[in-house]
Amino acid sequence: MSAELATGVFSWLRRLGATVTGAIGKLGYATRFMIAVLLLTHHAFRRLHLTLREIYFAGVLSLVIILMSGLFVGMVLSLQGYEVLNRYGAGEQLGIMVALSLVRELGPVVAGLLFASRAGSAITAEIGLMKTTEQLAAMEMMAVDPVARVVAPRFWGGVISMPLLAALFSAMGIFGAYIVGVRLIGIDAGAFWGQMQAGVSFWPDVTNGIVKSLVFGFAVSLISVFEGYDAKPTAEGVSSATTRTVVISSLAILALDFVMTAFMFRGVGV
Amino acid sequence: MTVPRGKIVAIMGGSGGGKTTILRLIGGQLKPNSGQVLVAGESVPDLEREALYALRRRFGMLFQFGALFTDMSVFENIAFPMREHTELNEELIRDLVLMKLHAVGLRGAAAMMPTELSGGMARRVALARAIALDPMLVMYDEPFAGLDPISLGIIGQLIRRLNDALGTTSVVVTHDVYESLKIVDYMYFVSEGRIIASGTPESVRASTDPFVRQFVDGAPDGPVRFHYPAPPFRTQLLADVS
Repeated sequence: MSAELATGVFSWLRRLGATVTGAIGKLGYATRFMIAVLLLTHHAFRRLHLTLREIYFAGVLSLVIILMSGLFVGMVLSLQGYEVLNRYGAGEQLGIMVALSLVRELGPVVAGLLFASRAGSAITAEIGLMKTTEQLAAMEMMAVDPVARVVAPRFWGGVISMPLLAALFSAMGIFGAYIVGVRLIGIDAGAFWGQMQAGVSFWPDVTNGIVKSLVFGFAVSLISVFEGYDAKPTAEGVSSATTRTVVISSLAILALDFVMTAFMFRGVGV
Repeated sequence: MTVPRGKIVAIMGGSGGGKTTILRLIGGQLKPNSGQVLVAGESVPDLEREALYALRRRFGMLFQFGALFTDMSVFENIAFPMREHTELNEELIRDLVLMKLHAVGLRGAAAMMPTELSGGMARRVALARAIALDPMLVMYDEPFAGLDPISLGIIGQLIRRLNDALGTTSVVVTHDVYESLKIVDYMYFVSEGRIIASGTPESVRASTDPFVRQFVDGAPDGPVRFHYPAPPFRTQLLADVS
């Protein structure tokens, strides 16, 4: 019995060890991959049409979902926010509350989550399928580096698209809040815009949001291209890589958001 | 194993026998554990990245399922290596692509997308792409797999004609004995990573080597066993289910 127990414990320990070393190995590989992509950046910008094409696929084609979500998030925020603010007789402050929430947090985070599931998964699936159908190997045999030709433009297309999408998300959210707050509930339009103008500053509120969305764009794009490039060349491998992209990207966005927010507001409450 | 300049050499063997590995070694995608790979006097595994890419520019490779770029038209697929490696202007590229397509009989399909092509047509487009830069060496990975008899004959004839017309050297990895016997100059039989037999098509037809005979005759059992290695049937049947 004790021998069996010992074998069980040992095999559990072995599996744990294999998982940990596997994860560390993959992290190392991902880091080397990131350096390789960054070193090949000039390919993405020297042949700009490749990157522009990716901005179209990752950015322009995500516009519908980003703008619609922004509109609804802003409208909901307005309803909920007004209900709470009005308890303290501060209904007029709705504009500043909505704008700060969107510009600082919801814009980058929600747009990032949507970007990961809409564009990130597509990038992973495309690169994974190119690997499965030997298109990447064919490129390599034609003396064309697939990291330079396929990966770098997709990566930079994502990094460039993400802050723009986040900005549009916030703008659309504020418009949604205006419709609900001013048009439906009947807050004074002058108070709505005036409070917003006085309470939201470009530095640090807007710039913090831009920094966040840039970091999210970098993380999501890197995860997407890496998972695609690293996918097992089978149907199952591509499908699990696509899932991993969405899961890891979402967790990365939320964790990075906490870390960055903690740094950006490190004076608060002290 | 040697592949003389200007000849077509077939590497034959069963599935999983290490045939494709040989192509990957020649192309420098894999490094050998031991031994040497020399192409045009250069040792492929020892080449630096730049030199390896320079050498690959003189290679053409036909992948088993074509490996065409699915987001580009047939025309763009064949223009791809030209655009990547040369400074040719658009007019010249157009003329060259049409010449390559004409050589494989698919000039009329230039505007089609890879998904619209049949298996045989895709293979011919991939062949046109492989010879886009007039390579010194063309590697074929299972060029005959999964084709109807007509496409099979076309591909076979194309390999022979293009090899002689362009003065290239060809390495054909395949398990199709009949098609290869018609077109190649020399064949090697490999199994489990070793060369088992070799010879010209005439000597292969006349061979009495049991492995070659099994392969040429398509016998289910012989030196290559029908059964995958397993414990004795009796012991396995009588063993406890648990």
